Amino acid sequence: MGLEAKLTQDGFITSTLDAVIAWARKSSVWPMPMGISCCAIEMIAAADPKYDIARFGSEVMRFTPRQCDLMIVAGTVTYKMAQVVRRIYDQMPEPKWVIAMGACTSSGGMYRSYSVVQGIDQFLPVDVYTAGCPPRPENLLNALMAIQDKISKSKARDFQDKLYTNLELSNN
Amino acid sequence: MDIKNLIVDKVRNQFGDSLIEVVEFAGDLSLTIDSKKNRELSEFLKSDPELQFLMCKDVTGIDWGTRKNRFTVVYHVYSFQLNFTLRIKCNLEGEETKIDTVADIWLSANWYERETYDMYGIIFKGHPDLRRMYMPEGFEYHPLRKDFPVLGIPNSLPLPNKID
Repeated sequence: MGLEAKLTQDGFITSTLDAVIAWARKSSVWPMPMGISCCAIEMIAAADPKYDIARFGSEVMRFTPRQCDLMIVAGTVTYKMAQVVRRIYDQMPEPKWVIAMGACTSSGGMYRSYSVVQGIDQFLPVDVYTAGCPPRPENLLNALMAIQDKISKSKARDFQDKLYTNLELSNN
Repeated sequence: MDIKNLIVDKVRNQFGDSLIEVVEFAGDLSLTIDSKKNRELSEFLKSDPELQFLMCKDVTGIDWGTRKNRFTVVYHVYSFQLNFTLRIKCNLEGEETKIDTVADIWLSANWYERETYDMYGIIFKGHPDLRRMYMPEGFEYHPLRKDFPVLGIPNSLPLPNKID
């Protein structure tokens, strides 16, 4: 059977490799549930049948960073915990994205004190900030859609030959 | 005999002038005692057959800021026999931050004393394991002291490097 006959029989579409890869990536964003305080409860609620994060292909919350590409930092990050959050982030494979969920994570929230990091952007590259204290599950889904939008605009070669993250922790 | 009178009489008989102050307020009884006698008093309160303060509910500190005797160590002990909680206070001399441990008398005091050391910098002499509890090891300040700023001291706590 020649190529023409085969294509007529089975059908075909045209696309670019970048578009196909981006589409696959954005439809299967697997979150790392970094639930530290009250926001974590809302994050859990986002996975229940009512809000159903599975609609976005993101229901696979595995408690190992090796299989995740989205970190949802849901809760108050203290200076002590920052080391742990960063270590888990470093263990996630590239490409990866970060949602700062809620007031505490984004800006320290009401904890304007010596012990709480006033925004995780001080040690992590944040893609989307989610407002609320805690944000409702819809708001988390909204952030997830914003991440999907960002991924859909990415190109596969953006992540090619990307250097490994510097794993050393600072001591200052 | 009233529980409070019983306690005060017994402690006064045993310790005399070392019992500095007795305060009764809102149903609570507080005894202020010489900080050098805290171990002796603890052993007495625990072992006396009529009192039997077997449980140490809390150890904490007070930083009075500008007062002459800046620090006070506070113990809350409970007697199951009397169903009564007693507060004991020890004023430390001047800027002195040392007091004898009671962690071997009440085992629960072990962690409470570590907390107090961590947050106030009060050193409990003879404590078996005086390490930081809430703050990271190597942190040089004590956050609940009056001269520590609420927002902390910049760069005193380490953060991981920012990723560009």
